Amino acid sequence: MEFHSILNSLTYLAPEITVSAALILVVLFDLILGKNKKALPVIALAGMVAASFFVFQQMTFNGFAFSKVSQPWINVGMITVDSFGAFFKSIVILATVLVIFFSFSSEEIKKSFDRLGEYYTLVLGMVLGMFLMISASDLLLVYLSLELVSLSSYVLAGFTKLRERSSEAALKYIIYGAVSSGLMLFGISILFGMTGSTNLYVINSLLQAPNINHLALAFAGILIFAGIGYKISAAPFHFWTPDVYEGAPITITAFLSVASKAAGFALLIRFVKITFISGVAPSGHWQMIPAFPWKEFLIVISILTMTLGNFSALWQTNLKRLLAYSSIAHAGYILMGIAVLSNQGLIAVLIYFGIYAFMNLGAFFIVMLIANKIGSEELEDYKGLGYTMPFLGVTFGMFLVSLIGLPPSAGFIGKLYLFIALVDAKMIVVAVIALLNTVVSLYYYIKVLREMFLAKPASPSTAFKLSPLSLILIIVMLAPVVIFGVYFNPIVEFAKGCVTILGL
Amino acid sequence: MVQVGLNHFLIVSAILFSLGIFGIVTRKNAVMVLMGIELVLNSANLNFVAFAKYGNFGLSGQIAALFVIILAAAETAIALAIVLNIYKTFSTVNVDEIDNLKE
Repeated sequence: MEFHSILNSLTYLAPEITVSAALILVVLFDLILGKNKKALPVIALAGMVAASFFVFQQMTFNGFAFSKVSQPWINVGMITVDSFGAFFKSIVILATVLVIFFSFSSEEIKKSFDRLGEYYTLVLGMVLGMFLMISASDLLLVYLSLELVSLSSYVLAGFTKLRERSSEAALKYIIYGAVSSGLMLFGISILFGMTGSTNLYVINSLLQAPNINHLALAFAGILIFAGIGYKISAAPFHFWTPDVYEGAPITITAFLSVASKAAGFALLIRFVKITFISGVAPSGHWQMIPAFPWKEFLIVISILTMTLGNFSALWQTNLKRLLAYSSIAHAGYILMGIAVLSNQGLIAVLIYFGIYAFMNLGAFFIVMLIANKIGSEELEDYKGLGYTMPFLGVTFGMFLVSLIGLPPSAGFIGKLYLFIALVDAKMIVVAVIALLNTVVSLYYYIKVLREMFLAKPASPSTAFKLSPLSLILIIVMLAPVVIFGVYFNPIVEFAKGCVTILGL
Repeated sequence: MVQVGLNHFLIVSAILFSLGIFGIVTRKNAVMVLMGIELVLNSANLNFVAFAKYGNFGLSGQIAALFVIILAAAETAIALAIVLNIYKTFSTVNVDEIDNLKE
């Protein structure tokens, strides 16, 4: 009986199994092929393509894997498969495929050629962890998958280990990460003690009781948020972000800023929605258990996050560091969408994330191409880039404009839907604060554009020819940023179809 | 004779947790910080096991603790490797002296 249930569960785990198989194949081929590492990224890519096939199947069906047969009255499992998860999984796959392509042309990765096997193994390990994180509905699995992602990313952050700043990034990352996951585990243990279960659905049904100890629940909620907040770099847990983003290889920075964040946000939304909900109003608003004020809590965190991110970015002269602070600010905007606690807010978050993935990866890719040639990410070295390398300058400018959220770009659509959700939920003050933040962010993005187009080029010409692969990659990432800016119906409809979170 | 109950375990684990956080905040040596983290993880383990025993939650608490012990070992292994690498490049393992990445 139990065995049969496990076999049944495997059908829900197809993407995870595919990624694991690809991971094992990469390790094996690394051993078999020895010096010839050309095949490894191909295997990784093939694994991602196969996984994407199964993820698209998950868009339409949902269910639980690993439910307890011995307790059929609670038909919930450790893993929840639904279209919401499928959306975030497809973002992770998109980011992974693009990052593998980035790695082809990254000088940093090429220098450690003999360790490429480890690189792709760890990347796939991260992907596996993210998939589980996105669909986890059991606190133990939440913790394990979070650690799986973290442990791989600690090593990847220090991958180019001979460079001082890479080692330093890894150290800072692991210390902050271990502390916040420790806090999270303590919170989980308290929640387990209060309810006697680690399953989110069971916890939810037990928390409906009126005699819940509010203080203990609030303590547990905040501690668990510490673990998730560190992954999405929300305000009091964001200190690692700039250092790690600057020190890590750029491919990994781009990966962390999109994929790791997507998994973190999926986990946060699922945790908040499943554990603390008591019902969904016909208008789509989530009615939460009054025991913990998630709405107020998330609003405060999101305002702190975006304000700190935007204001710290103003003084940055290193492009990677600047983009790190900008990604903190974007995490703030997205948290604001979650704080609405409604289906409309959720749709806005999905749209924003879909667009953010393209524009952020694009911006990091161009920073990487330039760092490949001139070996620096300092803003000074971008002087006159718009004239020496018009194509790179203009495309980088377009990604930045989209990150600001100015009209003809896709970033505007993302922000528009977020603000509409806020205004509909009568959170005008929050919307105004976010708007002011966007104005502040204008300054540091435009500063880059000014260096590129209004400053005199540095004396020795830094122009170089783009490889055809880089050209195609830039166009692939630029196309959605431009197209979704004017024709945004597809992504909006896609997001609207992906709001099913199994539960109440 | 005082019967040892759930509260005693919870107090011990709270003390362990606080000591761990205290160690993380005050120690400069990276290895000592890692030991603080270890204390935090073990306080959660103690919680899991104590709750499972006194709440009659079956074996789920013990199993959670088992998973956490394994993960803590993996995390420590990686952390020590990174600290070793830091020692090679910086010749120190004091976290406050490793601050090249600042604006």
